[in-house]
Amino acid sequence: MVAQNIFFGILSAIVVISAVRMVTTRNIVHAALYLVAVLAGLGALYVLLTAEFVATTQVLVYIGAVMVLFLFGIMLTKAPLGNVMEMTGKQWPIAAVVAVLMGGVTIYSLLNHFGSERLVTDGPIYRTADVSDEVFSTYIVPFEAISVLLLAALIGAIVLARKD
Amino acid sequence: MLLNQFLMLGAVLFAVGVYGVLARRNGVMVLMSIELMLNAVNINLVVFGVQHGVVSGQVFALFVIAVAAAEVGVGLAIVLLLYRNRTSIDVEDFDLMRG
Repeated sequence: MVAQNIFFGILSAIVVISAVRMVTTRNIVHAALYLVAVLAGLGALYVLLTAEFVATTQVLVYIGAVMVLFLFGIMLTKAPLGNVMEMTGKQWPIAAVVAVLMGGVTIYSLLNHFGSERLVTDGPIYRTADVSDEVFSTYIVPFEAISVLLLAALIGAIVLARKD
Repeated sequence: MLLNQFLMLGAVLFAVGVYGVLARRNGVMVLMSIELMLNAVNINLVVFGVQHGVVSGQVFALFVIAVAAAEVGVGLAIVLLLYRNRTSIDVEDFDLMRG
């Protein structure tokens, strides 16, 4: 239990610090690398929560595919790689106030509602086979909808991005 | 471990994502901040799945990951199209619909 708390502390510190650096750094490639740190830390937290398949998918889809897509986006839009372009707009103090207010209200209501409720650690552990059983029985219709959505997004992205 | 420590991590990540969406000027950075918010949702789904002893939380987290992948594909195509038409991805330049 103590070891899990220590690991949670380390991982959440990595995640939060990288996230804050991601939205404040002036170099867009650094921001992409900080996003990798956030996603990897969250993947490790999924392992801590015994969600092994979600952790694997996080690494494969986010760190593998989505990050490559982002790097292509950065390259193709010729984003200034140094500090040439002002990355943060003039309205950033308002944005900061909104974000702090939103986070504060959410954390306050969480503390109010859940207080010191303990995480259930002796519950059932669902392995990849159980996840796939659930996906292909109870959630088969949403699963098919997701596959159609992915196809539509693929075609839409090609139609939008092609030159003619 | 408390339930709240995971939920509060999700709340902090979501707030950071909101700040990124509102404050950043680069279109690609805005999309990255949206990814941050989607990940904050995922961690809540997984931790509530653990708390209630059901596998649905993980299944919905997987669905969110798939939808996020589709969203990034279309979003980056839109950003690319904007760059091609306006030679800029600064979101403050796109004010044609301002009243």
